[in-house]
Amino acid sequence: MRYLTELILLSAAAFLALLGAAYAKDNLFQAHAWILFFVLLGSCVLLARRVEFGLPGKNASKPDPSSYFDEVIRYGVIATMFWGIVGFLVGVVIAAQLAWPELNIEPWFNFGRMRPLHTSAVIFAFGGNALLCTSFHVVQRTCRARLFGGNLAWFVFWGYQLFIVLAATGYLLGVTQSREYAEPEWYVDLWLTIVWVAYLVVFVGTLVKRKEPHIYVANWFFLSFIITVAMLHLVNNAAVPVSFLGVKSYSAFSGVQDALTQWWYGHNAVGFFLTAGFLGMMYYYVPKQANRPVYSYRLSIIHFWALIFLYIWAGPHHLHYTALPDWAQTLGMVFSVMLWMPSWGGMINGLMTLSGAWDKLRTDPVLRMMVISLAFYGMSTFEGPVMSIKSVNSLSHYTDWTIGHVHSGALGWNGMITFGALYYLVPKLWNRENLYSLRLVNWHLWLATLGIVIYAAVMWVAGVTQGLMWREYDDQGFLVNSFVESVVAIHPEYVMRVFGGLLYLSGALLMAYNLWRTIRGDVRNEVPLGGAQATAKPAPAQ
Amino acid sequence: MSVLDKHAKLERNVTLLFVWSLVAVLIGGIVEIAPLFYIKNTIEKVEGMRPYTPLELVGRNIYVREGCYLCHSQMIRPFRDEVERYGHYSLAAESMYDHPFQWGSKRTGPDLARVGGRYSDEWHVQHLIDPKSVVPESIMPTYSFLAKAPLNTKDAAAHLKANRAVGVPYTDEMIENASADLEAQANPDTDTSGLEERYQKISLRNFDGQADQLTEMDALIAYLQMLGTLVDLEAYKQNENLR
Repeated sequence: MRYLTELILLSAAAFLALLGAAYAKDNLFQAHAWILFFVLLGSCVLLARRVEFGLPGKNASKPDPSSYFDEVIRYGVIATMFWGIVGFLVGVVIAAQLAWPELNIEPWFNFGRMRPLHTSAVIFAFGGNALLCTSFHVVQRTCRARLFGGNLAWFVFWGYQLFIVLAATGYLLGVTQSREYAEPEWYVDLWLTIVWVAYLVVFVGTLVKRKEPHIYVANWFFLSFIITVAMLHLVNNAAVPVSFLGVKSYSAFSGVQDALTQWWYGHNAVGFFLTAGFLGMMYYYVPKQANRPVYSYRLSIIHFWALIFLYIWAGPHHLHYTALPDWAQTLGMVFSVMLWMPSWGGMINGLMTLSGAWDKLRTDPVLRMMVISLAFYGMSTFEGPVMSIKSVNSLSHYTDWTIGHVHSGALGWNGMITFGALYYLVPKLWNRENLYSLRLVNWHLWLATLGIVIYAAVMWVAGVTQGLMWREYDDQGFLVNSFVESVVAIHPEYVMRVFGGLLYLSGALLMAYNLWRTIRGDVRNEVPLGGAQATAKPAPAQ
Repeated sequence: MSVLDKHAKLERNVTLLFVWSLVAVLIGGIVEIAPLFYIKNTIEKVEGMRPYTPLELVGRNIYVREGCYLCHSQMIRPFRDEVERYGHYSLAAESMYDHPFQWGSKRTGPDLARVGGRYSDEWHVQHLIDPKSVVPESIMPTYSFLAKAPLNTKDAAAHLKANRAVGVPYTDEMIENASADLEAQANPDTDTSGLEERYQKISLRNFDGQADQLTEMDALIAYLQMLGTLVDLEAYKQNENLR
């Protein structure tokens, strides 16, 4: 029988989950342990009759040790697509809840429990799976080596999915640490630590056994992303559980120290998870898709070290004018402004890689997508430093401007570069010559872009409206607006945001359809993009 | 040989690349976070701060569980409009026993740092059951289930102990009496003299107005009603606490 050891381990884990449910100290832990039990039970069944997305005619369960380990990447691609759609859908739902509060269904589907579900689904489930599968793909190709550790890569992939399921169900049950983007409780954090160490082992192990003397720049970014996320995760989640059979834990830090630790983590979840990791993606897929070398080797060295060194300092800009001491706020602001430069270093290096290949934008919507993602990267890494200036922040903080800023980065940069990578990967991984339809890619591109532009624009308006209304005085020196008047004022923007989100979601659904047809091996009969091209024709024979 | 040429070494050695990128990301955090633990004036000297009562602590855990911090900040910035709208700007000392902090990052609803005592208990009950019934334009979700959810009182001592483990000065006496204190704070008919001695400025009453049972509503309102009320702001000397 295949996977006997794995099956035994899984069953043992399922039994432990059952024990956890039996001896739980509180109802939430019991509910969570039951969920874990059924997930593990289901996994046992699935493992016993394992589904393979392998190439027809090849038995993927007996892999050729000299070839690349691609099966886990295929799973990763599908998981990325799936979680992306889940995350965008929950985003649309919570946007609608803010516009029409009747859509809250207490207690499980109230905004306060749904919002972490949305942020974790897009950052960690969609973004995380994208990073897992692209890093596994890139590191093998650029090292010319098979993934290190054999089935350890499978453990990383499935372990990570289990983390996602536990985190997501926990949020709806009300299991949360209340640390933004680090909401899962202590036991889920411990599990993620184990998975992350395994990920580090697979990645570094592959680098060590590389056949290429030189470590390609994309891998520097992936490596620093894995290391730094490990560091952030361990420190920020330091906590003392009330009971080892209960959900609740208390953070090791309090008040002002806790706040800075959290935003040191929070900002670098952006800096390393959503920036360094995705730059790794960019450094492989943009040159590949454009079929050009990276623009500047020197620039990549300078902006890599500057980026990872400076990002870590920028956390305090989330705490301007709070009870955090001024010296820390100022330090955070200065470094945030400096961060503009290495961020644009990455953008320039990416965009200029198209030198000599700009004409491809006319015919290749996948490359177009990557270029738009770099443009959004540049825009949001300019907006970020601006918002970190204390006087700007005094207006923008606590408002929807921040939400808009985050989304132009997340939807524009992270989303688009991931879509580009997926469009590149699927035909390669499933051995198809082409995507099912390039025109659908183009539709996706414009739906998504329009969605982001609407989203960001209405959130600017909403944020500035809030900021100005809160500080508006009449000529007698009294505050003009009650708080709730600022809520009423931005209702139209909240409605338009739902529309922007729907556009983005529908683009992602088109992508899922397109990739599914590609995997099936279909090719749509369509007029090529780029319109009629002037080609030299021989003169008609007289 | 320029610096950039030396970089070629890093590009061929995983260990060096690993170590140097770890060093690069360690520095910022150490310089910014570590001093907060030993620079004395990080937390102002104030009068009146005390740990949460068991009932307030449970209420706070409900506040965390429901994700209230996602729409309500608890951090008043030192601006004229904020101070007029919400009260004295927040001090670091006011969250010194908060594990974790609840400063928040977004105001979809108003700041709650000093909401304690601003509204009656009845208003809070009504507002949590159906926010629109008291603020017609509100977009806050309803929390009527809190009034029906019985409060878990049995492991109060374990929660206090965990807090003591991370540095909150709960005394042995507080921990011994945790469960009894939890129930007594919402029940005006019991003997509360010991409770009042252990926790200054405590509000003792039936917060949710339901005579028969202790609910999550009691705990959450007990927490909301004490927010921002502990520190004696009259006695606070701003100029002695410049940072």
